[in-house]
Amino acid sequence: MFNMVNSIYNMRLLDDLARKETTIHKIHPLVKLLTTLVYVTAVVSYGKYEISSLLPYVFYPVLIFAFAELPLVPIMKRVLLVQPLIIGIGILNPVFDNYTVMLSGMAISRGWITFLSILIKSGLTVTVSILLIATTGMDKLALALRMLRIPKIFVLQLLLTYRYISVLIEEVLRMMRAYSLRAPRQKGIHRSVWGSLAGQLILRTFERAQRIYQSMSLRGFEGEYNTGEPTPVSFRDCIYLVGWNLFFIIARIYNIPMLIGLLITGVIK
Amino acid sequence: MHMADALISPVVGGTMLIATAGVAAYSIKKIQNDMDEKKIPLMGVLGAFVFAAQMINFSIPATGSSGHIGGGLLLAILLGPYAGFLTMGSILLIQALFFGDGGLLAYGCNVFNLGFFTCFLAYPLVYKWITRKGCTAKNIFVGSMITAVIGLQMGAFCVVLETFLSGKTELPFGTFVLLMQPIHLAIGVVEGLVTAAVVTYVWKARPEILEKAFIGEALGSIQIKKVVTGFLIAILIVGGAFSWFASANPDGLEWSMEKTAGTTELAAPNGIHQVLAAIQSKTAFLPDYSFKSNESGDAEKAVIQEEEAWPAVKAGTSVSGIVGGTLTLALAGFIGLVISIVKSKKRKIIASVE
Repeated sequence: MFNMVNSIYNMRLLDDLARKETTIHKIHPLVKLLTTLVYVTAVVSYGKYEISSLLPYVFYPVLIFAFAELPLVPIMKRVLLVQPLIIGIGILNPVFDNYTVMLSGMAISRGWITFLSILIKSGLTVTVSILLIATTGMDKLALALRMLRIPKIFVLQLLLTYRYISVLIEEVLRMMRAYSLRAPRQKGIHRSVWGSLAGQLILRTFERAQRIYQSMSLRGFEGEYNTGEPTPVSFRDCIYLVGWNLFFIIARIYNIPMLIGLLITGVIK
Repeated sequence: MHMADALISPVVGGTMLIATAGVAAYSIKKIQNDMDEKKIPLMGVLGAFVFAAQMINFSIPATGSSGHIGGGLLLAILLGPYAGFLTMGSILLIQALFFGDGGLLAYGCNVFNLGFFTCFLAYPLVYKWITRKGCTAKNIFVGSMITAVIGLQMGAFCVVLETFLSGKTELPFGTFVLLMQPIHLAIGVVEGLVTAAVVTYVWKARPEILEKAFIGEALGSIQIKKVVTGFLIAILIVGGAFSWFASANPDGLEWSMEKTAGTTELAAPNGIHQVLAAIQSKTAFLPDYSFKSNESGDAEKAVIQEEEAWPAVKAGTSVSGIVGGTLTLALAGFIGLVISIVKSKKRKIIASVE
């Protein structure tokens, strides 16, 4: 049950954050979506042995965090929650690839390097996905999807799914609470009520969908979901898009940390 | 079974995104024909239902553990394959955005693995065939069970294939298959059992719900053929174009080199290694991996440089890499901190003025 409460909390938190009005929040949703996609593609395109050249990509999430005034701890907690999965698969790299390489006089297994690379990439990509929603919100993101010509049926049902998740989780929560009070010390739902418990929920869901449809019709729904006029992309949005993409490309071509490092070590010598 | 962005390559992710977009476009076209706008709220709310139902723990008899459902098959049975696939797509998008489960680039892979096989192959070919003479408790049970297992097995195999083609992990193909398939057999059995129980209950309580879905989306064999052929053609064209495009620039070359090199390495534990090594040294396309174990550390390093752009180019530069990397991170952290402090000060000033 903690799981469910946690999910609702998480979605509400991101919803709340998306309602802020900072410089980043005011950027056009389409621009933010495209920038995020380019970012993820750029990060993922790195080879499996690259670590140092990946590091400049940290700037993007850091600046978003700072400019959008987002709380670091709850978002990073969410990112860390996903990491065990990646660790589970990545940890096998050192097992299967134990050729050692010399790294500044230190022998290190290549598997650990690929593992670290995967870990960094996963941290970065998950963070920026969550940052996208935390600075944009679902409604505006839907607008961006519509601008990308994603059919309205899909966007509409995406929004409805999103809207009703918390409602149905609360419904499930009530059912589970009622069940657990009547079936103490049970680990999960007993087999004898699998069908009736989840089945009841389906029936309730169908009825709810009918009521929703009726109230939507009463308010003039005719298969069209009005998200308002698509706001035009401003000059500032273009600068944002071009600026970040330029940075991603430069960071992809030049190994910036290596250049800095060479400069520093050169000066010391 | 969600794939993460970090484990796939842009080529695999891009190809699967386009393939998924193709199937989704086809589904939308199909449901637009025979759908009243009433079904949109139903799809939306059922998507939310699956999301919530995924959190219910069903205790598995005789094991002491509990499991949950994925819901792909349930959606296909309740909504039909097209609407089911689209609903699965929106669930996965929300999971990727809000929970970091899966990723944006891996989104295509995930929708495909979890939606396509169940909705477009297992459901119409297996479930519908088994229940073709009408629903009975036994039909529903057998149908759900086999369909869930087949759908998940195909999905799991696709996960392995996509991971392997991306070449980010060192996990040998065979080991990964042996790891994934049995796990997903167990998951499939649980999925089948729960789906069967739920569908039977709904069928007994409100049979018209199932009948509607069953008749509404009558799926002939021709259409399925169309979907599969269309998909295969799309993947060939897109995959081909992508890899051609990719190999035209150095990154793509790196990618393909990595992949080819990866294959030899992955074969190492089986005894094919020697054979492949011999072939490789003769063809000399990638004269590196096979010599690795017999040569000194320096040579090893050189080998790695060739194989991929290893950051440390010369001895000593690795120090620069570490120094530079640390500085970059410190700089990023510092800038972030300064902006936050300045912003919070500004906020305080505004608050005090007000």
